[in-house]
Amino acid sequence: MATLADFKSNDEIAWCPGCGNFGILNAVKKALVSLGCEPREILLVSGIGQAAKLPHYLAGNCFNGLHGRALPVAAAAKIANRSLTVVVTTGDGDCYGEGGNHFLHNIRRNVDMTVIVHDNQIYGLTKGQASPTTDRGHKTKVQTAGVILDPFHPLEVAIALGAGFVARGYSKEMEHLAGLIIAGISHRGFSLIDVLQPCVSFNKVNTYEWYNKRVYKLDEEKDYDRTDKATALKKACEWGERIPLGVLYQAESQSYEQRSGLDRRPPLVDEPIDDIDISALFKDFT
Amino acid sequence: MKQELTIKISGEAGQGMQTIGSALCLMYKNAGLNIFADQDYMSRIRGGNNFFRLRIAEYPVYAPRRLSDILVALDKPSIGLHRGSLATDGVIILDRKKFNIEAADPAFFDVPLFELAVKAGASELFVNSVALGALAGSTGVGFSYVEAVLQSAFRDKGADIITKNVAAAQSGFDFAAASDRTKAFRLKCCQAPGSLVLSGNDAVSLAAIRAGCKFYSAYPMTPSTGIMNFLARYAARFNIVVEQAEDEIAAVNMALGASFAGVRAMTGTSGGGFALMQEGVSLSGMTETPIVIFEGQRPAPATGFPTRTEQADLNFVIHAGHGEFARAVFTPGTIEEAFFLTVKAFNLAEKYQIPVFILSDQVLAESSRNIAAPDLAKAAVERFIIPKKDSAGIKDYKRYALTASGISPRAVPSWIEGVVYADSDEHTEEGHITEDACTRTQMVEKRLHKKMAGLKKEIEAPVAGNAEGAELLLVGFGSTFGVVREAAAALNDKSVGFIHLPQVWPFPAREIIALAGKAKKLVTVENNASAQLAALLRRETGRAADSSILKFDGRPFDLDTLVEQVGREV
Repeated sequence: MATLADFKSNDEIAWCPGCGNFGILNAVKKALVSLGCEPREILLVSGIGQAAKLPHYLAGNCFNGLHGRALPVAAAAKIANRSLTVVVTTGDGDCYGEGGNHFLHNIRRNVDMTVIVHDNQIYGLTKGQASPTTDRGHKTKVQTAGVILDPFHPLEVAIALGAGFVARGYSKEMEHLAGLIIAGISHRGFSLIDVLQPCVSFNKVNTYEWYNKRVYKLDEEKDYDRTDKATALKKACEWGERIPLGVLYQAESQSYEQRSGLDRRPPLVDEPIDDIDISALFKDFT
Repeated sequence: MKQELTIKISGEAGQGMQTIGSALCLMYKNAGLNIFADQDYMSRIRGGNNFFRLRIAEYPVYAPRRLSDILVALDKPSIGLHRGSLATDGVIILDRKKFNIEAADPAFFDVPLFELAVKAGASELFVNSVALGALAGSTGVGFSYVEAVLQSAFRDKGADIITKNVAAAQSGFDFAAASDRTKAFRLKCCQAPGSLVLSGNDAVSLAAIRAGCKFYSAYPMTPSTGIMNFLARYAARFNIVVEQAEDEIAAVNMALGASFAGVRAMTGTSGGGFALMQEGVSLSGMTETPIVIFEGQRPAPATGFPTRTEQADLNFVIHAGHGEFARAVFTPGTIEEAFFLTVKAFNLAEKYQIPVFILSDQVLAESSRNIAAPDLAKAAVERFIIPKKDSAGIKDYKRYALTASGISPRAVPSWIEGVVYADSDEHTEEGHITEDACTRTQMVEKRLHKKMAGLKKEIEAPVAGNAEGAELLLVGFGSTFGVVREAAAALNDKSVGFIHLPQVWPFPAREIIALAGKAKKLVTVENNASAQLAALLRRETGRAADSSILKFDGRPFDLDTLVEQVGREV
C-alpha cells in the first residue's frame, strides 16, 4: 500500500504562500492514499494555469498539456489505457473558458474520470483578469467598471447535461474535500468537483473570510436528497449569502466504456500490433 | 481499335452517382481492364450537377483525360454541361423521351433508360442499373460481370432488389449490345482479374489498421471523412476506437492523449480543421508524443470549395504549429504510396516521437485505381517503445533523458514502476517545468536538430522517370504524380522526364540536386496559385525552377491539357 510519502514529488512548488491550491494538493494526495492507489496507476492531466501545475507536485503520471485542453487528453488516455485512474486538475479559466466546449461534450461522453476545478473566480497566472466564474461587478484591471457578463454556473450546467457526480468543495476544508475526491474517483463516469480556492494574490473579493462566512455542508442538512435532479439543480443555483458544499447530485449512468463495449474488450494498450493481418479485408474491395 | 475510354456519368446530387461509379469500377476491373476513377461533386445533398469519371484502359492509367468518349446523362442539364468535353467521335447515352429532347445531335445514342427501369423494377430508381448494363453492352464487357457486381452491391438488400437490378441491367445491356452505335468502344479485356479497387482514403485507412492504429479521433470534414467512415466500419473487428470529437481541437488532443497512454493514434482533417489543430501539432512536438495527422487539402481560404481539390497547404503543413521542432511530411501520389507511406508514418512518428503528416488532397483521397494487393511483408510495423515485458523494473524514469540521437526511451504509463511526466512547458529531463537557459538549449537541440538529422537519413526517395539526360524535368508532389508521369511518358521523344516527391519534409534537397543536375529546365506542376513547391525548391536547394504550371480552379489536372502545357515549355 502506498503512503503519503510515496506520492511526494521532488519538484519545487511555485505557488504563492497561502494559496488555496495547497489544500487541494493535500486533499488529492490523501484521497489517493485512502483509495489504495499506487503512483504508477494514476494519471493526472492538466492544462495551463496555477491549478495545472498540481500534477508536478505529486508522484503520479502526468500530462501537463495546453490551456483548456486537459479533458480531451484525459478522456482519450483513459479510453486507451483503462488501468489508469484519471484525474484532471484544472482551473475556472482553463476548464470553463478556454476549454468550455470540451467541458460540455465530455460530460456527454461520460468517460470514467474525475475533474477537479480549482475555482478561484479570477485569472491568477495572467495577473487578475475576470474568469468565467467572476461575479458581476467585480473590478479588475481589464473589467475596470466591474464585470458586466453574467457568471458561468458550472454545477447547474453539469447537472443539466446529465453529469453523474457533481460536487463542490472548499480548499480550506481539506478533509471534506478529500472525501469528495474519494467519492468522485469511486463514481463510474465523469465526476465534477468544483473547488472554491481563494487566490491570495489577485482576488481581493472572494477571500478566505468571504467564503468562510457563506459556505455550509450539505451533509449537515438532514433531508437533502442528492439523487433528485430537481432538488440538486435548485441547490446548484444557490450562490451569494449561502454557498453549499458537498455532493449536490449523484446518479448512476452507463459510462463511455460501458456504452461503447470497451469494457468487454481487451484494453487497447495491450493489443498486439506487430503483425495485424488485414488481408481478409481485401475481398471487400474486389 | 481503341485501347482506352473515358466514361462520364452525370446527374444531380442524390441520383446515386457514387454507387453506380463504384459498381462500374469493380465491373471493369473484374473484366480485366485497368481503371482510374475520380468524382466531381458539389457541396450539396440534392440537385446541382455531379459526375463520376472513369478511365478504362488495356494498360495502367493514373490520371483523368480531358474528353469523354461516352457520356451517360442521367438528367437533362448534364447534356448541355458536358457536351463540350465530349470527344469528336463520342456518344451521349440519354433518354430523349424522358428528357423531352426534340433536337437531334449526331452524338446521341438514345436508350430508353427510364422506361426500361420501370419495366424491370417498376420504378425509375433502377435507371442506374440500366445505365450500368448499357455501358457494359457498349464496351464489350460480358453480362456475367454486370450480374456479379450487382449481386455484391445489393447483397444486404434482399433477393427481390437484386433480381430487379439484374433485370434492369440486362435490358440496358441487351439494348446497347444490339446496337451498332457503340461498336468502336468495345475494348479488349486483357488483364487478369483479382486486384483491388481502392481510393486514396481507403489505402490510408487500410494502412492505419495494418500499422496498429488503435485510436482515431476526428471531426467530419471533406475530403478526410472517408477515413473515419472506413475505420468505423472495421473498428470492432480490430479493436479500434473511432471517436467523433466535438471539434478539431479536441480531435488532435484526444489522439495525443491516447498516444501518451500507449497506443498508436491518428487524426484526420482538411485545411480548415487543421488550422484549429495547430496548437496540438506544437504540443506533439514539445511533449514528444507521436501522432499521425492526415491533411486532405481542398481549395481555401476559409471554407473555399468544400468538395474540390487544391495543393495550397504545402507551406502551411511544413510550418504548422508555433515554435521549432522536428516533423515529417509525406505526400503520396498513388494509391500504393498512400498505403506504404501511412505505415511508414506510424513507424516514424513512434521512432522519433513527433507529428508525422500525410498530406493528401481531394483528388487523391477520392479517386480510385485497381492495384495489386499490397505486400504486407513490405509494410512491417516497427516498434520503438519500451515493451511491457521490459518495463516492470524501471523506477526513476526520465521521459526526456538526453541522448545522442535526441530520442529518449519512451515508457508507457502504468507499465513501468515509476511515473511518466510529460509537459508542454519547457521541461527538465524528468519532465518538470523549468526556466533554465542551458536546459532550454539542450531540449531545443534534442527536439529539432538531433531529430531532424535522423529524419534526413531516412527520407523517402523521390521517384524519377526518364530523368537522366532529360532536357526538361517536371517536378511535382502528391496527387500530381499520376498525371505528371503520364505526361512525361507522352512527351518522352521530346526529352521530358519527371521527379515526384513522396516526401516534402525534411526536404529531399540532396536527392533532387542529384536527379535534376543536368536538366536544362525545371518546371514544377502544382495545384496551387503561388508555386509553393518552386519556392521551397529554391529555398532548400538554391536551384530555381524555370517555370511552373499552376492550376487553382479547384479541379485536378487532366493529362491532355498538361501535355499541351508542357509541350509549350519544351
